Amino acid sequence: MKITERTPAERVRIARMENRPTTKEYIEELFQDFIPLGGDRAFSEDEAIIGGIGSFHGIPVTIIGHQKGRSLEENLKRRFGMPNPDGYRKALRLMKQADKFHRPIITFVDTPGAYPGKEAEERGQGSAIAECLKVLSRVSVPVISVFIGEGGSGGALAIGICDRMIMLENAIYSILSPEGFASILWKDGTRWEEASRVMRLTAPDLYKMKVCDTIIPEPGEGAHEERAYVFSGVEQAVNEAITELRKVKPRDIAENRYRKLRSVGRTLLKENPWREKTEQE
Amino acid sequence: MNPFQERKGIMKAIHRLAHSKEPVEKIRRNKEPVRCKACGEESSREDWRSNLYICPHCGNYRGMSATARIRMTVDPGSFREFGRSIRGGNPLDFPGYDEKLESMRVKTGLQDAVVTGTAKIQGNKTVIAVMDNRFMMGSMGMAVGEKITRAFEYATKKKLPIVIFSTSGGARMQEGMMSLLQMAKTSAAAAKHDEAGLLYVSVMTHPTTGGVTASFAMLGDIQLAEPGALIGFAGPRVIEQTIGEKLPEGFQRARFQYDHGFLDQVVERKDMRETLGRILTLHGRS
Repeated sequence: MKITERTPAERVRIARMENRPTTKEYIEELFQDFIPLGGDRAFSEDEAIIGGIGSFHGIPVTIIGHQKGRSLEENLKRRFGMPNPDGYRKALRLMKQADKFHRPIITFVDTPGAYPGKEAEERGQGSAIAECLKVLSRVSVPVISVFIGEGGSGGALAIGICDRMIMLENAIYSILSPEGFASILWKDGTRWEEASRVMRLTAPDLYKMKVCDTIIPEPGEGAHEERAYVFSGVEQAVNEAITELRKVKPRDIAENRYRKLRSVGRTLLKENPWREKTEQE
Repeated sequence: MNPFQERKGIMKAIHRLAHSKEPVEKIRRNKEPVRCKACGEESSREDWRSNLYICPHCGNYRGMSATARIRMTVDPGSFREFGRSIRGGNPLDFPGYDEKLESMRVKTGLQDAVVTGTAKIQGNKTVIAVMDNRFMMGSMGMAVGEKITRAFEYATKKKLPIVIFSTSGGARMQEGMMSLLQMAKTSAAAAKHDEAGLLYVSVMTHPTTGGVTASFAMLGDIQLAEPGALIGFAGPRVIEQTIGEKLPEGFQRARFQYDHGFLDQVVERKDMRETLGRILTLHGRS
């Protein structure tokens, strides 16, 4: 199955489609005996992040993912998949728990970003994300992240640090929304299409940058049209990753992850793939 | 990195200074009036400096260069810079970014937005990293991320504490994903330093926002801030747009963060050196 040629702006549009499969659907399809676990044990239960335990091909795993809503009502409840600090502290709790019980962690990333609200700041959005980064980068169990839609800024990264990164063909992962990027750099949010091009936020671009490890093709107009195909693609990729990572000794896992984080981008500074391309043209 | 080469660079700089033929220029520059952004009153550059870059009229804290901060904080002559040669590039081939970086380097005399090294604070040896927001608002790109990470790694290897003065507008937009991943890298390095049982003091100065707040700045064993510093994840304008109302006075300022439990202390600039010295002494090996 080949990857369809699309402009970055088209991919941004598809990544944000309301009927795209959400984390919940992936959980239902991929895992058996899923038990949802809630609450940050400090303030509240944030429904923008869901999590729990389940079994993947007979292996107990911890699952954490952003959850967008389908209806306006559900989206208001889930803040369009934008978590508050409570959501990240719940994720943090599940990460530590997974480490304790030696369960691999599988995360599903689908968020425009962490919620930029007043209460979120009062309860320490920055601090909650930082703690997630600190813990997730050092857990001694395999971490596999599946980017299924939007991956926006620190809000995505907080559960997106991993040993294997799987991206759907039309998923995006960026430092900021293209609209925000255009309005910050060019003071003009309407230039988002241009921004989406220079930001290198698509799966094929991130694959070229060696950020993403595997791309799952989406046939036709996107994942919402060929759900079964995409689910089985994700299942296969997760299975491959988990089988491979379970062979690594627990004490090496965190060190390998650190090395991966340490080396990313180095080659980009030496031999820039984008520059070569323009020279050829 | 060749330490002798760095030393050569320093000696050269000293030589240049000693033989410079523009002392008059310098004196004139020192007498130049600089306006305070808060109250609008003017004070000479000299007065600003002698008052620790705090407005002599209204007490507003002004930002300062990494060099001035280091001079003010560490024991005289104890600072040894490392990682000076680390510079970033243009990983996304972003249009105009190379030129922007070059002009910033010329303007500030820095390679990027952070200076790292070792120093003594009241006799306590420590690794220190100081961000400088004159360089593209102190935003974190690959060079800043790498230097912070190396500072943590050096401290871990040498079993030293680390003090980081942060000031940053967040992630460096022009480096896109590579900039975002610096949050992960620096946090992981901070975690390893933590696992080794070593002390990390994070000092947040005005402003510390975005990706820096959401990574190493909020991971200190002890977290301090300067009075009035804006500290937060989302910027106030973004929040106002989201919730559709104006934010109250003092929102996300140091006092607010202290009241909400994210800071150990708000420390005045004149007391910073002594406070850090005392903290480091209490964590010293006995």
